[in-house]
Amino acid sequence: MTELLQQLINGLAFGSILALIAIGYTMVYGILRFINFAHGDIFMLGAFAGFYVAPKIATVLPLPSIAGALVVMGISMAVCAALGVLIERLAYRPLRKRPKLTVLITAIGVSLFLEYAGQFFFGAAPKKFPDLLPVLPITKIGGLSLNSNQIIVLAVTMILLVALRFVVMKTKIGTAMRAVSFNPEAAALMGVNTDVVISFTFALGSALAAAAGILWAINYPSIDPLMGILPGLKAFVAAVLGGIGNLPGAALGGLIIGVTETLVSGYISSTYRDAIAFAVLILILLVKPSGLLGKKEIEKV
Amino acid sequence: MALAGTVLLTGCNKPAADAGAGSDTIKIGEFASLTGSEATFGQSSHHGTQLAVDELNASGGVLGKKIQLLTEDNQSQAGQSATVVRKLISSDGVVAILGEVASSRSLEAAPICQQSKIPMISPSSTNPKVTETGDYIFRVCFIDPFQGTVMANFARQRLKLQNVAVLTDVKSDYSLGLAKFFKQGFTAAGGKIIAEQNYSGGDKDFNAQLTSIKAANPDAIFVPGYYTEVGLIGLQSKQLGLNVPMLGGDGWESTSLVPIGGAALEGDYFSTHFSPQDTSPVVQGFAKKFLDKFHESSDAMSALGYDSVMILADAIKKAGTTDGAKVRDALAAEKDFHGVTGNITIDASRNASKPAVILAITNGVFQYVQTVAP
Repeated sequence: MTELLQQLINGLAFGSILALIAIGYTMVYGILRFINFAHGDIFMLGAFAGFYVAPKIATVLPLPSIAGALVVMGISMAVCAALGVLIERLAYRPLRKRPKLTVLITAIGVSLFLEYAGQFFFGAAPKKFPDLLPVLPITKIGGLSLNSNQIIVLAVTMILLVALRFVVMKTKIGTAMRAVSFNPEAAALMGVNTDVVISFTFALGSALAAAAGILWAINYPSIDPLMGILPGLKAFVAAVLGGIGNLPGAALGGLIIGVTETLVSGYISSTYRDAIAFAVLILILLVKPSGLLGKKEIEKV
Repeated sequence: MALAGTVLLTGCNKPAADAGAGSDTIKIGEFASLTGSEATFGQSSHHGTQLAVDELNASGGVLGKKIQLLTEDNQSQAGQSATVVRKLISSDGVVAILGEVASSRSLEAAPICQQSKIPMISPSSTNPKVTETGDYIFRVCFIDPFQGTVMANFARQRLKLQNVAVLTDVKSDYSLGLAKFFKQGFTAAGGKIIAEQNYSGGDKDFNAQLTSIKAANPDAIFVPGYYTEVGLIGLQSKQLGLNVPMLGGDGWESTSLVPIGGAALEGDYFSTHFSPQDTSPVVQGFAKKFLDKFHESSDAMSALGYDSVMILADAIKKAGTTDGAKVRDALAAEKDFHGVTGNITIDASRNASKPAVILAITNGVFQYVQTVAP
């Protein structure tokens, strides 16, 4: 029983990082109806931004500390938000009126470009991510071991998801995002500047990916330029599982993939981990082709 | 496809070999993981190789000719080694191939060298399958059955461990082989393997496997993987409150291991080929030359890289030619070659029979514990 609970905690911590990445995929899909395959690499760039910024921050603020970690995460999110906007402006916007497939292939190209440019500029060898947070003693509840990093990952994910929900549902730009997601032409006719909305969506999604990158690197402090590929792929699966285009769906999908993979690794064998995770995806899509929460919700951003 | 490859290779190789005979250099090809996930291995090994070549050239070369080392990077990626080795043989016309650290990648290159009848020496691939490829494939390191048994006996007799869990990288031939021989050795010595878990090289999250291992309550965990994952495994096991020592093999020995794993690796042990703390004059001489040239401490991979060049040069001298078949015969006949990593005797399966060293991680440094003779 303790072991099962422990595995669930491991799975939730892993899944919540996937959830943050999945939201970026689903937001872009909601607005533009295309999969931004470079999203996993933004996640990687988020971790590297943290890697390079942390030593600079350490000269001003004490590191490891909570304040320092928040500043590093904030800067990394800002850097990636800017990068996301830049990528959309340079690579995707010129193709907006072209067939969706053209943009999709471009996204794969951008992804490869970021990975190999990363290898060129950062070096291909894995790097040790600096310690951002003080290592607290392991909390023991019964036989359960909760380490501070896992709790922080869960807490930060929750806060970011609530903040995102607020932005999308309660703010003017969020309303505009939903409007564009329903019908871009009609929204434009109503005076919504779709270019601004799309840029904002990329900024928001990329910032969340950067946050996920930092959380990932805090938990698994070895980072390399190809680290975004697998989490990116899994997050994409999570987004589809939850119903692509649906925000709570992406979060739910991330958690389901995280928990399934952890349980399969823990109780069956990690060799079958990906196979079983994908089998779950196929089963769910057979029963509900639009994903778990797809279509039910009206909100599509 | 394989047939076409052979025709192509031999076809291209002929003129290159003829040109080599007339030129004033001996071309030796090296393929290594200079970048990518096992980059520190490739770099170390390459530095050792480079040091040996420079030394040989400074003392007049081999057969009166300078050695020209051609190095190709495979980025630690599957598939790349075959490509670069084909290039080295067919377009550069090298007389021998040196490489690799990782058994999986040596296994990619070995069939190509065998087909082209170009001797290949792996400095540090320990999986038995590497030299089983054919009679042109050699190595200067010990093999996993020996390494696994050494660690099993060390765990059982010196550390007095009873119940051990094994965590294997299922994507690596090296890890699978070492795990198998450790399990055999440990069970034969009266110990018990109480949990077996797997991961795939490149994974970052091992919490699931470690939680299962923790439930089995082992005395220690044997992790026959590479340093990239071992550091993270150490960290995560301590975070789960799994405070037992970890044991491993030569895949651990990297300057990147301790920076990632930190204090979580204290008190862990691994087997390897060489320790710069060994007081023998050969080792101390090498360690000093290496430090002077590269301003970093030497390790097993660099020492093996060095030995692979030296034994090849010795074989070429004895053969009196760079002809593949004759160099092969000379290599196969090497006996008690005085290498930096101990006395090397090439056995009938073209493996090196030589001692292993066990190191402990104490205060973030690799400390010499003992040497185990074959």
